[in-house]
Amino acid sequence: MSTSQLTEGIVPGRLDPESYCSNFADHAPPLSAQEARIAADRCYFCHDAPCMEACPTTIDVPLFIRQIATGTPEAAAKTIFAQNILGGMCARVCPTENLCEGSCVRMDAEGEPVEIGALQRFATDTLMAKQSHPFARAERSGKSVAVVGAGPAGLACAHRLAMKGHEVTIYDAHAKPGGLNEYGIASYKAPGGFAQAEVDWLMQIGGIKLVENWQLGREGDGDLAELLGDFDAVFLGMGLSGVNALRLEGEDKDGIRPATEFIAELRQASDLAELPIGRDVVVIGGGMTAVDAAVQSKLLGALNVSLVYRRSRAEMPASTVEQEHALTHGVTIIENAAPIAIHGNGAVREVEFAYTKKGPDGLELTDATFRLRADQVFKAIGQTLGDMPAQVEIAGGKIKVDGTGRTSVERVWAGGDCTHAGEDLTVTAVSQGRDAAEEIHQFLMEG
Amino acid sequence: MADLTSNFIGIKSPNPFWLASAPPTDKEYNVRRAFEAGWGGVVWKTLGSEGPPVVNVNGPRYGAIYGADRRLLGLNNIELITDRPLQTNLREIKSVKRDYPDRALIVSLMVPCDEDSWKAILPLVEETGADGIELNFGCPHGMAERGMGSAVGQVPEYIEMVTRWCKQYTRMPVIVKLTPNITDIRRPAEAAKRGGADAVSLINTINSITSVDLDDFAPEPTIDGKGTHGGYCGPAVKPIALNMVAEIARNPETAGLPISGIGGVTTWRDAAEFMALGAGNVQVCTAAMTYGFKVVQEMISGLSDYMDRKGFTSTSELVGRAVPNVTDWQYLNLNYVTKAEINQDDCIKCGRCFAACEDTSHQAIAVSDDRVYSVKDEECVACNLCVDVCPVDCITMRKLDKGEVDPRTGETIGDYANWTTHPNNPSAAAAE
Repeated sequence: MSTSQLTEGIVPGRLDPESYCSNFADHAPPLSAQEARIAADRCYFCHDAPCMEACPTTIDVPLFIRQIATGTPEAAAKTIFAQNILGGMCARVCPTENLCEGSCVRMDAEGEPVEIGALQRFATDTLMAKQSHPFARAERSGKSVAVVGAGPAGLACAHRLAMKGHEVTIYDAHAKPGGLNEYGIASYKAPGGFAQAEVDWLMQIGGIKLVENWQLGREGDGDLAELLGDFDAVFLGMGLSGVNALRLEGEDKDGIRPATEFIAELRQASDLAELPIGRDVVVIGGGMTAVDAAVQSKLLGALNVSLVYRRSRAEMPASTVEQEHALTHGVTIIENAAPIAIHGNGAVREVEFAYTKKGPDGLELTDATFRLRADQVFKAIGQTLGDMPAQVEIAGGKIKVDGTGRTSVERVWAGGDCTHAGEDLTVTAVSQGRDAAEEIHQFLMEG
Repeated sequence: MADLTSNFIGIKSPNPFWLASAPPTDKEYNVRRAFEAGWGGVVWKTLGSEGPPVVNVNGPRYGAIYGADRRLLGLNNIELITDRPLQTNLREIKSVKRDYPDRALIVSLMVPCDEDSWKAILPLVEETGADGIELNFGCPHGMAERGMGSAVGQVPEYIEMVTRWCKQYTRMPVIVKLTPNITDIRRPAEAAKRGGADAVSLINTINSITSVDLDDFAPEPTIDGKGTHGGYCGPAVKPIALNMVAEIARNPETAGLPISGIGGVTTWRDAAEFMALGAGNVQVCTAAMTYGFKVVQEMISGLSDYMDRKGFTSTSELVGRAVPNVTDWQYLNLNYVTKAEINQDDCIKCGRCFAACEDTSHQAIAVSDDRVYSVKDEECVACNLCVDVCPVDCITMRKLDKGEVDPRTGETIGDYANWTTHPNNPSAAAAE
C-alpha cells in the first residue's frame, strides 16, 4: 500500500483492507432475542402513548412492543408495517431521540427511554428474514397510478395503492430504486444491501411496476401531461435533486463537491478501498447529510475532518446524538462560522471562514477569520427541487400541497422532501406517501 | 444491630430464618452450605419409612411463572420426598447437628398413616440429636396418591390422630405442616392443637398447573407428553399464605399456637409481615432456590435494621403485632374516606392510571390536552387501583378529616361506623 492517512491530496486506499470492513459495519448491531425481551419488558404500555404521537407514521409502539414481549415478533412487525411499510429502514435511520424515544415517559422517570428503534428493527428484521409479506392486495380496481420517484414517499404511496387494488407504475431517475435510502444515507446505518432488500420485499405485494432511469420532463422519457393521459392519478415524490451553492468565487475548483454526491458514490462503491478521500476534509453544513459525509470521510481514512456550521451547535439540524456520533469518530465541529473565500490554485487548498454573530437582521459576519487546510470540501447546505413541470405550483422552492398532499394540478398529489410540508425525514416522507395514497384511493373510488 | 435470636417452641436459632423442607435441604452438603451462609435453621427434606426409597421422575420437576425481566414469581414442583436411603439421611443429620449445635435442625417426616410406621421412625430421628420434627401433611403431589401428605392434611381427624401418636412416642417438639389445599385452614390447625402439636407450619404448596405447552398440548413440567399438578410456591403464593397464617393467629380456638410462617418469603420485609401476622419464625425455599443461600444475608440485615428503627429488642416484640388489626369486612370503618392524589412533580405521564380508571373503574381521572392527569374527587371511590398500576408510585391516598364533605357523596365525614349498623343492612342492629 503506497498511500496512508498522511498522504496529501485526494487518494484511495488510506487504510488497510480490514479497517474498511470494520469501519463500515452495522453501527447499531441488532438486538439479540434476549436483549429484545429485556428491552421490551421496560415498556409501560402507556395510555395514548406519547411515542405513538411523536411518530410521524403513528406506529402503535406500545402494542408492537407488547407483541415482542409476548413472543410474537412477526405480529409486532405487522403492527409496524401497517402504519409504515418502510418500518425496517426507519428503525435504522430515524432520529428516534427526537421522535418516539425522545417522548418516552421513561425519559422523565430515569432519563433512559425504551429502545423503541432497536425493538422496531428486531421485529421487522424477524419478519423480513422469513421473506414473507404480511399484506395482500384487495380486489383489482382497474385504476392505475403513476408514482414519480422510488424513494420513501413514492414506495410508501405505491405500496398502499397496490394494496388497495390499483395498478402502480413507479418511475425513477436512478439506476436503482430506494431514493435516499439507497443513495443518501450513511453506509453503516443500513449495511448489507438492506435498502434494495427492503424494496424487493415491499414489491412482493404485487401490482407495482418499476421503470428505472426515467426522469420526469426529460426528452424521450415523459412529462406530466403524458402521465396524466396514461394514468388515473399521479404522485410526485422525486425528492430534491439539486444542491445549494456556497456562492463563493472558486467554488468550481477541484476537490469541491456536494456531500450528497460523495455519499451516493460511497453507497454505490463496490470496493471502499478504491474510493478516494482527502487528507484534510472540510464539510460545510449542519444537517444529517453534513454529519454523514464528515463521519464517512473519517471512516475512509481522512486525517482531519472539520464540520463547519454557520450557527451554533444547538441550532444544528443534526440531532445531539448525530453530533455526538461525529465527535466520537474524531470529527471536529466548528460552530458559528461561515465560508467567505476559497483558496487554491486549480484545486482547493484552504477554505477561509469568518465567525458569525446574531444581528438584528439575521446572521452577520464578524472580522474574525480563520483558514482551514482542505484538499477536499463537501457542501451540505441544503438541497433544492430539480426542474418541475410548469403547471405545478411551487411555494418556498418546493411543491405546494394541501393537507392531503394535493398539488395545484388536478389528479396530481405529492409528498416527501419535494414538498414544503413536514420535516425532511424518511419517516415523514413515508407518512406523506401513505396518506396521499389513501386520498388518491378515495378519489379513484369516487370517480 | 438488633438481636435476632429466635426461640421457637424451645428450639433456639441465631435468627428466625429457617430453610423449609424441600430440595435445598435434602443432603448434608447443601445443609452445611446453608448454615455457612447464615441460615438460622433447616427443616431437613422429608424422610419416609425404612425400606426402598421413593423414586423421582427423570424429566423436569419444576414449572415457573415469570414477571418482567424473567423474574421468577412462582414455582411449582412434582418432586417427592427424599429419594435417598433413610439411614444415609439419618447419618448426615447427626453429623450436621453435631457440627452446628447452635442452629435449629428439624426433621420432616412422612410415613404411612398407621401407628406402627410412626412409632418405628421416631426413635431413629431422636437418636440423631435433631431439635424437633415436622409432620408433612402438606405435599399435594405424588405422595398424596398413596394416602400420605396432603391426603392426611385434608382430614382433620387424621391430623389429630397422627399428631397424638408422635407426641406419645417422642419427646421432640412436634410441628404440624398444613396444606393450603383445603377450604378452611382453621380446621386442620385446630386438629393439630387437639392432637397436642407444639406448633403448626404453613403453608405447604398449592395444587397447580403453571402452564401448558401450546405445541404439545400438555401441562408443564411435561414428562413424555404428560403432566400432572404440582405444588405451587414462591412470591406469588405469599398473599394466600399470609391470610391463612392470620386466620389461625386470630382464631380463638388456636390463638397462641406457635406458627412457623411459610409461603413466598423472599425478603426481610416478607418475613416481617409473616411475623407481624403471628408467625414466630419463617421458613424459606423458593428464594433460596432462585438466588442461592446468600439471600439470607439481606434478610438478616433488613430485619435487624427494621427492628432497630422500630426500637424492638427481640423478635417476640414483632410477632403477632398486626393480628389485632385483622378483622372481618363488616367491622371496617365506612366513614374512612380517602381520595387519590397525583404528585405532578413525580408523574411521568404514562397514563396508566387513566386507562385503568376510565376503562375498568370509576372514570375518576381527568387528562388535559398536555397529558396532565388529575383526580376527580367527585368520582373517586378511593379504590386504589391507580396507585397499584402507577409504575413510579406517585399517587397517594389522602384521608378526609372528620367534618370534611366527601365531594362524591355530598356527605360529611362522621365517626367510625360499620356495616353492622348501616341502614342498608337488613340485619343491622337497631340504632339507639
